[in-house]
Amino acid sequence: MRGIHDLGGMYGFGPIVRETDEPVFHAEWQATSFAVLMAAGSLLPDFTADAYRHSVERMAPAHYLSVHYYERMLTGITTLLVEQGVLDQADLETRAGGAFPLALPVAAAPLADLPPQSDARFRVGQRVRVRDYHPQGHTRAPGFCRGKTGTILHVAPKFAFPDTAAHGGARRDEHTYHVEFTARELWGTDSIDTVVVDLWDSYLEGSAP
Amino acid sequence: MNRADTAPIAARAAAVKSALLDKGLLSAETIDHIVHLGAEEWRHENGARVVARAWSDPAFMARLRADATAACAELGYEGPQGEYIVVLENTTERHNVIVCTQCSCTAWPVLGLPTDWYKSPEYRARVVREPRPVLRELGLDLPEDMAIRVWETSAETRYMVIPLRPAGTEGWSEVQLAKLVTRDALIGTAMPLPT
Repeated sequence: MRGIHDLGGMYGFGPIVRETDEPVFHAEWQATSFAVLMAAGSLLPDFTADAYRHSVERMAPAHYLSVHYYERMLTGITTLLVEQGVLDQADLETRAGGAFPLALPVAAAPLADLPPQSDARFRVGQRVRVRDYHPQGHTRAPGFCRGKTGTILHVAPKFAFPDTAAHGGARRDEHTYHVEFTARELWGTDSIDTVVVDLWDSYLEGSAP
Repeated sequence: MNRADTAPIAARAAAVKSALLDKGLLSAETIDHIVHLGAEEWRHENGARVVARAWSDPAFMARLRADATAACAELGYEGPQGEYIVVLENTTERHNVIVCTQCSCTAWPVLGLPTDWYKSPEYRARVVREPRPVLRELGLDLPEDMAIRVWETSAETRYMVIPLRPAGTEGWSEVQLAKLVTRDALIGTAMPLPT
C-alpha cells in the first residue's frame, strides 16, 4: 500500500518541463512558505522533519498532485501548526478571505511492526531483501523496492528512524544502507541500469547469497 | 484539488505569516534571514567549486571520497540538508543521477534548493524506472554501454555527482573549471558545459 507521495516508478506521467534560468522562488508566497517551514522547529512543541514530511503526505491525493511544491509545503506545515494548537484554522481562513484546506488526520494506527535495530546487522556486499510491510503512517522505503532483493554498497551512519520520529515515538537511531537493485528485480526488464535506495536497518532482512 | 472557495495561495501564505507575526512567534527579520539563506547562500555554485577543487587537487578528492561532509565544510559549505554528504564519481563506464521520489530532498548547501523540474511528479515517478529515456529527454544521450546508477534520496544521505573532467581543460584555474559545472551536472542530468 502506498501513499500518493510515493511516486517512484508510477506510470502515466508525461514529459519533464524545464524552465531556463529558473529563480529559487517564483513568488513571495513561495519564500514565505519556505521560511515558515524553516522556523517550524522553534514554533512547534513537537517538530521533526519526518512529522513535516508526513503532513505533506497526508494531503488528499488529488490536492497533493494538483498543486505546486511550495503549496504542499505551506499546507503541510500549516496543518502541523493547527494540529498542535499554534494557529487556528478559522482565524487563518478569515485572514485569507477563503477556505484554507489542510492535510487529513494521522491514521489511527500509523506504524508497522518493525522491531528496533540499534546495531548494524548488515555489511557491504551482502544481499538483503526489503520487508514487504504496509504502514498507514510515515515510512521511507519506497513502494517500488518493498519485497525486492538488492546488494549493499555502503553502510551510512545512524539516523533517526523516520516511522517513529514522524509519530511522536521515542528517539530511535538506526544505520541506513545504500542498497542497489537491478532493473530486472524492480521492473522485470533487462537493462544495465540500476537504482540505489537508502534504507534503514529495520526495513531489511537477510537474504540467501 | 482546491475547492472553489479556496483562498488564493498567496493569500493563504500571507495569512499564516500575519498570524505568526501578530502572535510574536516569528519576526520579519527571521523570515528575511531564512529567505536569504535559501536564495543566496545555498547555491549550486558551491557544489561547482567543490567539483573544480576535486578536479584540481587529488588530495582534496581523496578527502571528498573519505568524508564529503567534512571536505565540503573546508570550503565553508555546510548546513541543513548537508549533514551527511556523499559524492558519486562518474566514470567512463558508469553515470550517476540523483532523485528523491517521495519528496524532493537535496543537499542544499552544495546543490541549492531544488528546481521545479526536479520536484515535479514527472521526474520523481519516471527517472527510477526509465532513466535512459528521461536523460535523453533532458538532453543527455549516454552511450548504450555506459551503465546508469539512479540514487534515490530516501533517507538522510545527501548526494552530489562529481562529473568527469572535460577534455581540453588542462591547466585551467578552479574558477574557470567551476563555471563549467551546472546544477544539472551536479544532479547527473547533464554533462559539464562544453569547453
